Amino acid sequence: MKTNNNIWLNLDWATVLLYLLLVILGWVNIYAAVYSEEHQSILDAGQKYGKQLIWIIAGVILAIMVLSVDSKFYAAFAYHIYAVTILLLIAVLFLGKEVNGAKAWFEFGNIALQPAELGKFATNLALAKCLSQFDFKIQKMRSYLILVALIAIPSILIILQNDTGSALVFAVFVLVFYREGLNGMVLFWGFAAAALFILSLVLDQFKLLLFLLTISVAAYGVLRQSVKEALIGFMSIIGIFGITWLINRLFSLDGKPMELLVTTTLLATVLVVIYGILRRVQQVWRILLFFIFAIGISMSVNYFYKNVMAPHQRDRIDQVLGIKIDKLGKGYNVNQSKIAIGSGGFIGKGFLKGTQTKYNFVPEQSTDFIFCTVGEEWGFVGATVVLGLFLILLIRLVTLAERQRSQFSRVYGYGVACILFFHIAINISMTIGLAPVIGIPLPFFSYGGSSLWAFTVLLFIFLRLDASRTENLR
Amino acid sequence: MDVFSKRKYLVIGLFSLVALIIVTRLFYIQVLDSSYKISAASNVLRREVNYPARGVIFDRNGKMLVFNQAAYDVLITPREMKPFDTLSFCRIVGVEKGELVNEINKAKIFSRYKPSPIIKQLSSQTYAVLQEQLFKYPGFFIQARTLRQYPSKIAAHVLGYVGEVDQKAIDANRYYENGDYIGRSGIEKAYEDELRGVKGISYKMVDVHQMVKGSFELGRMDTAAIIGKNLVSTLNGDLQAYAERLLSGKVGSVIAIEPATGEILVMASAPTFDPGLFVGRERSHNYSKLLIDPNKPMLNRAITSSYPPGSTFKIANALIGLEDGVLQTVRFSCSGPASTPIKCTHNHETPLGLISAIRESCNSFFWQAFRAEINHFPTPAEGLEAFRNSLLEIGIGKKIGGDLYGETSGNIPSVAYYDKYFGSGGWNSLTIRSLSIGQGELLVTPLQLSNMVSLIANRGYYIDPHLVRSILDIDGSQDSIQFEKHTIAAGLDNYEMIAQGMEQVVESGTARLTAKIDSLIYCGKTGTIQNPHGEAHSAFVAFAPKINPKIAIAVYIENGVWGGRYGAPIASLIIEKYLKGRIASKRQHFEDEMVNSDLISTMKLEGGD
Repeated sequence: MKTNNNIWLNLDWATVLLYLLLVILGWVNIYAAVYSEEHQSILDAGQKYGKQLIWIIAGVILAIMVLSVDSKFYAAFAYHIYAVTILLLIAVLFLGKEVNGAKAWFEFGNIALQPAELGKFATNLALAKCLSQFDFKIQKMRSYLILVALIAIPSILIILQNDTGSALVFAVFVLVFYREGLNGMVLFWGFAAAALFILSLVLDQFKLLLFLLTISVAAYGVLRQSVKEALIGFMSIIGIFGITWLINRLFSLDGKPMELLVTTTLLATVLVVIYGILRRVQQVWRILLFFIFAIGISMSVNYFYKNVMAPHQRDRIDQVLGIKIDKLGKGYNVNQSKIAIGSGGFIGKGFLKGTQTKYNFVPEQSTDFIFCTVGEEWGFVGATVVLGLFLILLIRLVTLAERQRSQFSRVYGYGVACILFFHIAINISMTIGLAPVIGIPLPFFSYGGSSLWAFTVLLFIFLRLDASRTENLR
Repeated sequence: MDVFSKRKYLVIGLFSLVALIIVTRLFYIQVLDSSYKISAASNVLRREVNYPARGVIFDRNGKMLVFNQAAYDVLITPREMKPFDTLSFCRIVGVEKGELVNEINKAKIFSRYKPSPIIKQLSSQTYAVLQEQLFKYPGFFIQARTLRQYPSKIAAHVLGYVGEVDQKAIDANRYYENGDYIGRSGIEKAYEDELRGVKGISYKMVDVHQMVKGSFELGRMDTAAIIGKNLVSTLNGDLQAYAERLLSGKVGSVIAIEPATGEILVMASAPTFDPGLFVGRERSHNYSKLLIDPNKPMLNRAITSSYPPGSTFKIANALIGLEDGVLQTVRFSCSGPASTPIKCTHNHETPLGLISAIRESCNSFFWQAFRAEINHFPTPAEGLEAFRNSLLEIGIGKKIGGDLYGETSGNIPSVAYYDKYFGSGGWNSLTIRSLSIGQGELLVTPLQLSNMVSLIANRGYYIDPHLVRSILDIDGSQDSIQFEKHTIAAGLDNYEMIAQGMEQVVESGTARLTAKIDSLIYCGKTGTIQNPHGEAHSAFVAFAPKINPKIAIAVYIENGVWGGRYGAPIASLIIEKYLKGRIASKRQHFEDEMVNSDLISTMKLEGGD
C-alpha cells in the first residue's frame, strides 16, 4: 500500500492534466469535424465523437492500469515486450485485415488493433533497456549496429505492411541517441543528407553542382578559419571555369554549360588533391570527402526517387516541394486542408461553424486532418494555443527525462518526447503544406482508439517510471 | 549528471524551432493570405437565383396582349446519371428514343459535370407526370421557367421582345447577369424595370457532393423575388388587329392617337411578324430569318422610319402661316399644271383662299404661303429659322414619344444646312420651295404626322404620344402615368379654319372618293409623295369626328400610288370601325381591296425586271 500511495503522490500531475486537456480538446474537435444536425448529442455512441469518448474512457482506465504496474516490470520485461511486438508485427502480415491498402490491423469483433502502434513504445522500451546496460558504449561500432537493428526490424516489418508513414517515425530515435552521446556529426550528416535530398529534387543539376561547389569552398574557409583562403578558392574555380569557357569558344567545341561546369569541377578536384598532398593540409580531405558524399547522395536521389519510391509517395513529395501543382488531383487533400485552415482567419469561425470540415471538403477530417477543424473553427489563436500546449508537453517531458536517476527512464522519456514531436510536427506540417502527406495521426487529437491507447500507454509508462524516478532501473 | 546533459537544450531548441516555423506558416495562411477565405466561400456557397414572372401587358380594354406560361425543361447532369428505362421515359415525355439518346450524347459532349437541357418546354401536364417518376432517373432534374405567350399574335413591334442580356447590358447595369432575360425592344424594353420585377437571390451551403445543407447565415443575405408589375397599354387590341389586317401585303404603317390624351390606339407597321417567333427553341433561327428579309419586318415604320410628308405637310404649313398672320384672308392664284415655280396637279377655282387650298391640295397656294411666311422676316435665314422653330414646337422634326423605344426624330433642314449647300446668303425662299409642299430634305415620322393632326383635333395642344397608360401594382392599385402636355396657342379660329379645309378634303376634296363615311363629319388630308425609286408613296392623315374628336390617325403606304389610293381608304376604314363599330356595306369593298391588295410582290416583280 505504501508504494501505491507514493505513485499517486509522485505522479507528475501537470503532465496528466496536459494529457487530459489535449484529449478533451481532440474530442471536442472531432465532434465539430463530423457534426451533423441529425446527431447533435456529443454522447451519441453511434457517431465518431461518441465512440471517441468511449476510447478516451478506456484510455484513462488503461493509463491507471499502466500506472498500477511496478516500474521495475517495464525495465525487466522490455525485451520481452519488444519480442512479442515483433511477433505481432510478423503475424499481422499474414492474419491482418487490409484497410486503405495497409495490412496493419488485427480485428477482434468491433475493436481493431494496430501492432505498429505497439511498436513505438515496445521499441522505445527496448532501446532504453539496451542503452542503459552498464557495459554499453554508444560510440562503438557494435553498439551502433545493435541500435540500428532494434529500430530496423520493426521499421521494415511496418514498411512491409505498406504503412511507410508509421515506419518513418522510428527515424526520430536518432535524437534520443544524440542525447545519449551519439557523435554530433551523425546528426549533421543526417540533416545534410535530408537537405541534399530536397535540393536534388528542387534544383536542376547545374544549379545543384554550383551550390555544392560554393558550400564546399565556404566550408573549407570555415574549417581553416580564413576568409582569404575561401576567396582564393572561389577565384580559382571562377578562373578555371573562365578558361574552360574560353577554350570552348576558341575551338568551337559546343560544350553545354553543364559539361563546362563538370570539367571545371574535375580540374578543380585534381588541383585540390595536388594542393592537399603538397601542402599537407588536413582540412582538404574532409571537404573532399563531404563533396564526394554530397555528389553521391544527389546522384542516388534520382535513382531512389524514380525506382524505389512508390508513385503516390513521389506525388506527395512533389506537391510539398511545389514541383507539380495539382489542386484537384494529387494535391486535393492538402489544398482543401489549407483552405480550411486558411479560412479560419485570426480568431476562427467559431465552434461548429467551420464549413469546410463540416461539409466534408477536407478528407479524413476526423483522423489525420483533425488539425483543420482546429485551424478553421478556432483560427490562428486556437491553432497557436494547441501548438503551444503540445510544445509545453514536449518540454515538460524533456525536463522530466532529465531528472531521472536511471538512464533507462531518461532514454525512455526522451523517446516519448521525440515520438510525440515527430507526430505533431509532421501531422500539423502536412495539413498546412509544409510536409508531404504521411498518414500519421495527431497525438491525443485524431479519432481512433488504437492510436489514442498507444500514445496513452507510451506516455503513462514514462509517468510511471517518473513516479519512481529515484529508483535505479536497468 | 552525465556529460551530454547540455544536449537537452539542442533538443528543446529543435522542438521550439519547428513550432515557430509552423506558427509562422499558420500566421501566413490564416492571417496574411486572404485567398483561402475566398476559396472556402466558393467551396461552400451556392448562389441560387429565383426568377420572378415578368409582368403581363393588357390592352386598354383589359384584353391580354402578352402573358406568361409556365414551361418545364428537363436537364441532366451526365456524371450523376445511371442506366434507366429509356422506353418508359420516352413514353412519359413523348419523344422518340433516338432523339433522347442523341440529346444525352450532346449533353455528355458539352460537359459531364454541368447540367444541360435535353428536352425543352414540357407542358404542365407532362411535368406533373414526370415529376412523380423522377426518382427513377438519377441525374435528371426539371427547371421551371416562364415563356412569353401572345394570345392574338398582334402588335409585335409595339410589345417588343425579350432576349438574353448581352455584355453591354451587363456592363451598364449590375443587376443583370449572364443568362438573365431583358426587354430588347418596344414596351418590353421601355418598361423593362417595371415588367421584370426583381429576381431573388438565396445563398445555400453545400457539402462536397453539392448537396444543399442549409441556408447561409440563416438566410440574412437572401432576397425574395418580387414579381413584375402588369401594364395597361393604350392600344386598342381589336383596332390594332384590324389595322394590321388592312396593311397586309403592303409596306407602311398606321398610327392612331386619342387626341385628348395622347394615348396611342393603334401602332401598326407592315410587314409584321408573329411575336411568338421570338420565344423558345426556334428563336435565334427565326430572328436571323427576319433579319435578312429585304422588307425589314422587324422595323417599326410608324416611329423608326422617316419620310417626306408630302401634301399632308400643308396642314403644318397652313398652321404656321396662320400663326404668323399671313394666311387668314389672302387669296393666291393658281395656273394648274402651268403654275410656276411648282406645278399644281389639280384643276380648281382660282384665285383661292386657305380652306379651298387645303381641299384642293393646291401646290401654288402653299408655295406662295411659304414664301410669305419666309419673307415675313427680314432675311430668308431668319424666316427659315422661325419656320423651323414653329415646326419643332408642333412636334415635327423631334422625338415626341412619351415612352416609345426606337423612335427617330426626322429632319427639318436648318439654316446651317442650306448655308453649307448654297453658301451663306446664296439661297432664299425660292431655293428651298420644295419645303412648302413637304418634299425635299424634309423628313417626318408617321407618328409626328398623327400627332400633328391630333394637335389640330385638340385645337391647340398635344400630349406626348405614349403606349402605356398605367402600371398595376401587386395590390391591384393602378398608377396612371402622366405625360407632358404641349400647348400651341395659335388661336381657335385658325385651328377651325384648318379643320374646315380638312373636312372639305373628305367631303368634296382630294379624298372624297375613298374616305367619305356616311353620317360622320371628319377631317383629313391626303399626301402623294414623289419617289424617285418607284411608285409615289401614299399618305393620309385625319381626325374624327370633326367636333370632339376621338381619334387622330396617320397612314403611310410606301409605293401606294397616291394619297387617296391606299392611305385614305385604310384610315377611313379604321375610323369607321372605331367610331361606328362596323363597316358600312357600301364601303365593304374598300376593306376587301385593302386586305387583298399585294404591293410587296408587285414590287418584287418590278425589281426582277
